[in-house]
Amino acid sequence: MTTATASHDDHHGPEKGLMRWVKTTNHKDIGSLYLWFAFTMLLVGGAFAMGIRAELLQPGMQLMEPQFFNQLTTMHGLIMVFGAIMPAFVGLGNWLIPMMIGAPDMALPRMNNWSFWILPFAGAILLSTFFMEGGAPAFGWTFYAPLSTTFAPDSTDFFIFAVHLLGFSSIMGAINIIATVLNMRAPEMKLMDMPLFVWTWLITSFLLIGAMPVLAGAVTMMLTDRNFGTAFFDATGGGDPVLFQHIFWFFGHPEVYIMILPAFGVVSHIIPTFARKPLFGYSSMVYATASIAFLSYIVWAHHMFLTGMPVAAELYFMYATMLIAVPTGVKVFNWIATMWRGSMTFETPMLWAVSFVFLFTIGGFSGLMLGIVPADIQYHDTYFVVAHFHYVLVTGALWAIIAATFYWLPKWTGRMYNETLGKVHFWWAVISVNVLFFPQHFLGLAGMPRRIPDYSLQFADFNLISSLGGFAFGASFILLTYIVIDCVRNGKPCGSRPWESAKGLEWTLEPKAQYHSFNTPPSRALIEAESQNS
Amino acid sequence: MSEQEYYIPHGTYWPIIGSIGVSTLFVGFANQMHGAEWGGSVMALGFAILVFMMFGWFGQVVNESTNGIYNKQVDRSFRWGMSWFIFSEVMFFAAFFGALFYARQFSVPWLGGEGNNIFTPDLWNAFSASWHQMAFLAPGTELQSGTVMSFPAIPDTGIVTATPADVVDPWGLPALNTALLLASGVTLTFAHHALRAGHRNQIVGWLVATIALGAAFLGFQIMEYGHAYQDGLKLTSGIYGSTFYMLTGFHGFHVTVGVIMLTVILYRVQKGHFTADNHFGFEGVAWYWHFVDVVWLGLFVFVYWL
Repeated sequence: MTTATASHDDHHGPEKGLMRWVKTTNHKDIGSLYLWFAFTMLLVGGAFAMGIRAELLQPGMQLMEPQFFNQLTTMHGLIMVFGAIMPAFVGLGNWLIPMMIGAPDMALPRMNNWSFWILPFAGAILLSTFFMEGGAPAFGWTFYAPLSTTFAPDSTDFFIFAVHLLGFSSIMGAINIIATVLNMRAPEMKLMDMPLFVWTWLITSFLLIGAMPVLAGAVTMMLTDRNFGTAFFDATGGGDPVLFQHIFWFFGHPEVYIMILPAFGVVSHIIPTFARKPLFGYSSMVYATASIAFLSYIVWAHHMFLTGMPVAAELYFMYATMLIAVPTGVKVFNWIATMWRGSMTFETPMLWAVSFVFLFTIGGFSGLMLGIVPADIQYHDTYFVVAHFHYVLVTGALWAIIAATFYWLPKWTGRMYNETLGKVHFWWAVISVNVLFFPQHFLGLAGMPRRIPDYSLQFADFNLISSLGGFAFGASFILLTYIVIDCVRNGKPCGSRPWESAKGLEWTLEPKAQYHSFNTPPSRALIEAESQNS
Repeated sequence: MSEQEYYIPHGTYWPIIGSIGVSTLFVGFANQMHGAEWGGSVMALGFAILVFMMFGWFGQVVNESTNGIYNKQVDRSFRWGMSWFIFSEVMFFAAFFGALFYARQFSVPWLGGEGNNIFTPDLWNAFSASWHQMAFLAPGTELQSGTVMSFPAIPDTGIVTATPADVVDPWGLPALNTALLLASGVTLTFAHHALRAGHRNQIVGWLVATIALGAAFLGFQIMEYGHAYQDGLKLTSGIYGSTFYMLTGFHGFHVTVGVIMLTVILYRVQKGHFTADNHFGFEGVAWYWHFVDVVWLGLFVFVYWL
């Protein structure tokens, strides 16, 4: 017999040796693989960003050819979105969801292995384009036709297949999370007992399954337009380059919520713990998340206000976009109400979570500005857009990933990280990230275009400040790496609930959570005692 | 295995083999398109690895299932997995249907000067937009007049034009194919009823009928492609040819996969893998078959008929 039950595996635990990681069907192993892969890609994408900021340090051409600059911006975006942020959240979901819902593992463990092990291959194919004739794709991470069809290098076909592979991985990951949450949940746990991280990931999974296949369709049309003479995005054959943008953003807008909804979940765990109060408005958090997910499917063309859409369409997409501010506002309100009159302390995870609320809201407001049609005509394709989406993706999504790492690291390792270093790192990162991105608002409002390696002289000062902030922010990740490795190796052993008022089934497990989380489902009493909805 | 215990499989090599296979396939394909002589062989190798992986992985699952290792919870996980996989397929087709609707409703009429009318009249003043009229030339073909476009209505160029009614009459082969696929859905449901009632011979009969109907559909589809191609409708025939061949082509690919899956199921029925109340493999394939059926109805209405 080639199988074992969960109770079985307790006796012999994980396999030995390197092949453990290749063969594993364990949610914690796979979660760790995802997180280390995402961190590696974060460093790779970060290195590209350092190259970009180095070129932009001063006006004039300094270090590289414009074509290579464009390759860097393109690959920076692709690697960060598909290689860092998304896999990091899938890794967190893998680690945490079974523990949070009282399950032993994911529902489809072998498929779980595959959804991870596609990623390194996709990443390798994507990065290999740098070494091909004509260089890597240089058309921006949004790969608009005809830049990506008629005028793109041969390596674009490798990029297309890499996107296909990344899509397979995401879809399988999403299917697994849906099956896990709906089928592996402890029988006594009702949907409205579920922790918010589980709720936000469940809803994110529906976004992934709805959006990723559309991206696969888009790149498939690109592939046939490039190689087999179809005319989807070619006006000379009756197609339309703007059609590409519609299909891309039908994927792309849900995609931005794919990257932020799990972050909302993370923050909804950390803030109640360190405010020592129950989460304010649990059910409104759930409904707000679902509303955001629904709305994310019907606002895509706000990325396309300058394509000559009919005015009626521009107005519709503007108003629908404004609507998203309502459920998002509910969430921000709830986080603040949770902190209101709480007995707050500011350990490292809380610092990241509170700064998330503040900085993400800045990114949200600049998003509202961009969603206004007449204003967007000025802001479109400027550094204002760059500032906006880095506030939501770096100080939003990435912030929540780092917050989650510090918050759950004791549960993953059974050890406590160095709190002093954690705080030093936080202040280093939070100051430098604002020095990096805040001036980009001004650059954009003044008219500096994005994706251009040179700029006129009036933009020099802010670019210098931004680049210096960027180098400091980049360097902060050296300290983060040290803190995490130091925790894993030398951290002081901690109790099973290192945060005194943390709620959730994961804190009832052993200090370093056992290999298979729950071999018998938790009782109703335990679930109620650990519920966020009480 | 008892209902109280959770089922967790041991480690497995199949996923990494699958990753190697699919990457080899894609790298070979990309090189093939760029003119590398070895591209095709590498593609074939990748495909062979994938087939090996599917035989091995599915075989292992079938073994575990027939040995009674799974419980009801595993069965439910498979059901959730399959249903959301099919939904993801629906969204993939939705992208291509979206392209079709956009081209018909917006981009072709706009090229003809509809709407704000600022783009085209001066550029291509002889062109009158009509969904069904496409010149059968590759987009970007240099015409005698020197304009780079592939629409029919340029006078004195001698370009052959045709409407889809000439090429594909919806009430000919497509209507027949609709009847075949709908009938195959019915025969498959009969097979399912027979399975639940435990009549092995009836299951085999209805499954064979379903496979035959599916194969006949594919045969007629190939025939129809032949007609269309001879009449000049090609993948390169502008947006109509693009949407026509990509939509029906992906659908035909899915029907082919469905027929292969049904054949595997037929084999498994004969091996006695399924019982009246434990036959998810059968049901998963049946769901998939009904899905390709529904997609066809969309194709018939929006690609052939309207």
